[in-house]
Amino acid sequence: MHQDSDIRAGLRAGLPLVLPTLAIGISFGVLAEPVMGSVAPVVMSITVFSGAAQFAALTVLTAGGGAFAAIAAGMLLNARWLPMGLAIGPFLKGGPVQRSIESIAIVDSSFALASRGDGTFDRLKLIGSTLPQGAAWVGGTVIGVLGGSFLGDPQALGLDAMFPAFFAYLLFEELKDRTRVVAAVGGALIALALLPFTPPGVPVLVAAFAALIGLKRTPAAAR
Amino acid sequence: MTAVWITVAVLTVGTFAAKASGTLVLGDRELPPRALNVTALLAPALLAGLLVFETLGAEGGGLTVDARAAGLVAAIVAILLKAPMFAVVLVAAAAAAGLRLFT
Repeated sequence: MHQDSDIRAGLRAGLPLVLPTLAIGISFGVLAEPVMGSVAPVVMSITVFSGAAQFAALTVLTAGGGAFAAIAAGMLLNARWLPMGLAIGPFLKGGPVQRSIESIAIVDSSFALASRGDGTFDRLKLIGSTLPQGAAWVGGTVIGVLGGSFLGDPQALGLDAMFPAFFAYLLFEELKDRTRVVAAVGGALIALALLPFTPPGVPVLVAAFAALIGLKRTPAAAR
Repeated sequence: MTAVWITVAVLTVGTFAAKASGTLVLGDRELPPRALNVTALLAPALLAGLLVFETLGAEGGGLTVDARAAGLVAAIVAILLKAPMFAVVLVAAAAAAGLRLFT
C-alpha cells in the first residue's frame, strides 16, 4: 500500500491555489453582496464550501429565481461529489463522524492533487491542500463583500478566467498516458455536447462517465 | 432574504451529504481493481468537463464564447511553455482583462 505524504506536503501542494481561489472568492463576494447581503455569502462560503455550487445558486437568486430553483442548481453541481466521494472514500480514516468531516476536504483541485493515478488517493494531500484553499475562499468572500465597491467589476480584471486556467493546469498534469488523454477528451466532448441543452451541473456530472473507459483496461495494479 | 437563508441552509446539508455519502457507504473497504481503473480516470474526465463548463458556460445556462476562452488559450500556451501554475493563472486573467479592455 502507498504511504500517505505528510500534511505539510499537502499544504505546499495547495499553496499555488491560494491566489486564484482568493480571486474567485472575491468575485463571489462582490457578485453575492447586492443579492444576498453581506453576512449570508460569508456563511455560505464557510458552510457550503463549494464554489461551483455557490455560483450556480447565486446565478439563480440574481435572476430572481426562488430558493427551490437555487438549491436545485447548486445540487446539480454537487452531484459530482458522489462519484468523487466513492473514489476517495476508502482512503479516509476513522469512524463515520471523522470520515464525514474529512470528506468536506474533497474539492476539485485537491481531488486531482490527491489522485495517485492508479485509482488510489493520498488522504493527507487531500486535506493539506484543501486547508489553504479554504482559508483563501472564505477570506476572499469577506474581501469581496466588504470591498466590492472599491474593486470594481471582477470581470474587467479577468478574475473569471483564472479558474479555467487553473483547471487546465491541473488537467495537463494529469495527462500522463494515453488512457487518461482519452478520458479527458471524452469528458470535454460530453460536456461540450450537453452544455447548450442542459441545466448547469449536468454537463460536468455526465462528463464523469468518460472515466468508464477504465473498465476496458487491464487492472492498474498489474501495470 | 428568507429564500437566501433557506438556500444557504439546504445547500450546506446537501453538499455535506453529497461529499460524505461515498465514504459512509464504503467505509474502508477497498474498491475492486476494475473500479480502481475507473476512479483513476475520474480526475482527468471531471477536470476536462469542468474546464469546458467554466470556460464556455453562459450565465444561466447555455454555451458562450467570451474573454474566458482567450484566457484559456493564453493559459494553455503558458502551460506548454512550462510556466508555473501561479504564472499560468495570472496570464489567463491578463489575457481576458486585456481583451475586455480593448473590445
